Amino acid sequence: MSNLDTLKAKIKERLPDLDMVVGWEQGFDPLRATPLFMRTEEDVDRLIWNPLCVHNLATYLPGLKGRKVGVVVKGCDSRSIIELLQEKLINRDDIVVFSMPCEGVVSVRKIQNRIGSLDYVESVEADTGTVKVTVDGSSQSFGFPDVAASKCGRCQYHTALLSDEFVGEPNNEKAEDDYSDVTSFEARPQEERLAFWMTEMQRCIQCYACRNACPLCVCRDHCVAQSRDPHWMTQENSTQNKWFFQVIHAMHLAGRCTECGECERACPVGIPLLLLKRKLNKEIEELFDYKAGTLIDSTPPLQAFKVEEDNINERGW
Amino acid sequence: MAVKFLAKDNLVPWLAELAETHRTIVPKREGEAVVFRPFAKEEAPELSARPTESPKSAIFPQCDTLMSFRYTKDEEDPGKVLLDLREMKDESPAVVVGCRSCDAAGFNTFDRVYMTDKITDQNYRARRENTLFVTIICEKPATTCFCNWVGGSPTDTSGADVRMTPLEDGWVLESITEKGEPLLSSTLLKDGDDRAGDAEKIRQQAKERMPEAPDLSEAPGKVLALFENNDFWEAESAKCISCGACTYLCPTCYCFNITDESSGMEGVRLRTWDNCMSHQFTMEASGHNPRPTKAHRLKNRVGHKFSYYPNIHDGNISCVGCGRCIKSCPVSVDIRSIVLHAIAAPAETEK
Ligand code: SF4
Ligand code: SF4
Ligand code: SF4
Ligand code: SF4
Repeated sequence: MSNLDTLKAKIKERLPDLDMVVGWEQGFDPLRATPLFMRTEEDVDRLIWNPLCVHNLATYLPGLKGRKVGVVVKGCDSRSIIELLQEKLINRDDIVVFSMPCEGVVSVRKIQNRIGSLDYVESVEADTGTVKVTVDGSSQSFGFPDVAASKCGRCQYHTALLSDEFVGEPNNEKAEDDYSDVTSFEARPQEERLAFWMTEMQRCIQCYACRNACPLCVCRDHCVAQSRDPHWMTQENSTQNKWFFQVIHAMHLAGRCTECGECERACPVGIPLLLLKRKLNKEIEELFDYKAGTLIDSTPPLQAFKVEEDNINERGW
Repeated sequence: MAVKFLAKDNLVPWLAELAETHRTIVPKREGEAVVFRPFAKEEAPELSARPTESPKSAIFPQCDTLMSFRYTKDEEDPGKVLLDLREMKDESPAVVVGCRSCDAAGFNTFDRVYMTDKITDQNYRARRENTLFVTIICEKPATTCFCNWVGGSPTDTSGADVRMTPLEDGWVLESITEKGEPLLSSTLLKDGDDRAGDAEKIRQQAKERMPEAPDLSEAPGKVLALFENNDFWEAESAKCISCGACTYLCPTCYCFNITDESSGMEGVRLRTWDNCMSHQFTMEASGHNPRPTKAHRLKNRVGHKFSYYPNIHDGNISCVGCGRCIKSCPVSVDIRSIVLHAIAAPAETEK
């Protein structure tokens, strides 16, 4: 039996005690997977697990609080669950976590950049060696690392950090993450950095897909960006205002963001939002030696108080 | 009807000519997206890839200042406050060059709502009547295209003033409306009669490439029949994350919000896009929300386009099949399959 078949069997076994199990199925074209809400055994038969399963399904959990829900996760997705548990946004007893070792997922955007347009994809064969995409009868093959999500290249958690049903051999490889993307951006002059973000943010359509796709952005319906009373933010669509929202999002996620990349993936106009989130996480790591969603028993640093922080010289002036 | 030929190298000079008399808006590559922007000589427009966003903002800006206001104290009578109101209306001539047939047709959906015998939205009308559309045909449908399901076609002219058909070395331009004719008077355009046949062949091929369309004539009734069926809408909306990507990219979504923003004694009244997928959309002042869940909200988006709107507008579906809501949805919600599921759903028996 393949790992996927074993996983399906496990889900079918647990399904009678659950309202639903969230996984993935093939979407509207050969490149796009889509979240699958399994309620019956026939639903489970449609489950897929492959490098196209890009979505972080933990995003759905806070909205389903109070129901018994199973969720299929990749290693990185499991960090969101840990963070949600730490913040008591979901109940441990209500969720069943299914997982398998993850070798990485593709970046649909990187594939788009290579093939030009995603409009005509006819077939896709994706494994963690190569990704072969056929468009208009002609095929192109890419080495997996070239079209993998950037987070997969620096993954330290191929194996879920929390799971109830794990199928397959755990993979304990750990890549280095030196935040070199952030440091090289930081090295640029301030005016240039600001100009970069203003150029990027100009095309933001204020759809808030970035916010709603984020598993930890849990205010959603009561977000400062849209609340009318109090009327925190102007409804003007100036670039500065769009940027203002992103800074708020990033600040609210500091020390909670697990760098799942959903914000950036969800953005319909391709704004590189993860760079901003990683900048704050780099600060958090330096200040508090903390990586969100990795230790189930710890408290996120901005939700705790310590009289003397180890890395902050508060009274040493 | 005028038929002209525009050679590849003359595209930018021709647009530059248009820009002398019109706000000229073209699709442009910006990062990984294609968006509509004012034409600039230094940047060639992107006419081959389908634009990520619709040209909606050319006529219906995401944020439009409807008026500005200022209060002043009456010097003579301190008990009195004077109000100075200034209405803003944009009647400058504009042209959108390079949007697709479906995108231009999207404004027909707006017209039936914003320019009726009873009520006309003056800000909408001002831009609508002064904006021309030069559409470009789609040679090959995307996996997300379904214009032919909803009464359109890749070569449709129902929203166009001029239609462009791409050839190897340039474009054949035909005027569709009288208003479009002056756009073709430039000396940069050559007579196109000898290329009209080639262009017609390309358009024929484009139409033949569209996969067969299912019959949606039952959709308005079937979708409405499911109004009380929460299980149906819960299942269809389970994966939706309730963002605004679908509606804000859609060429036919026309809902807006009004906000007065003031600081001290002066301020502005803003009209901004709103979207029915947002929790706040139907939030009432009392705190009650008649559409509290995403199931209610997705029901509205699909219901409005495929049932409520056609039911009061002569059967016209308020979706032009551009596919943006499918391809740009972060979780690949597919409006086509929702409508097909609704049509296939067994009729509800009286309870
Ligand atoms: S901010 Fe972005 S990367 Fe961080 S948890 Fe949210 S969606 Fe994931
Ligand atoms: S997803 Fe992208 S376009 Fe939408 S609000 Fe976020 S940054 Fe803006
Ligand atoms: S259908 Fe997709 S794009 Fe629309 S609100 Fe739902 S998740 Fe967002
Ligand atoms: S509903 Fe979707 S397919 Fe229809 S016009 Fe709007 S964005 Fe395009």
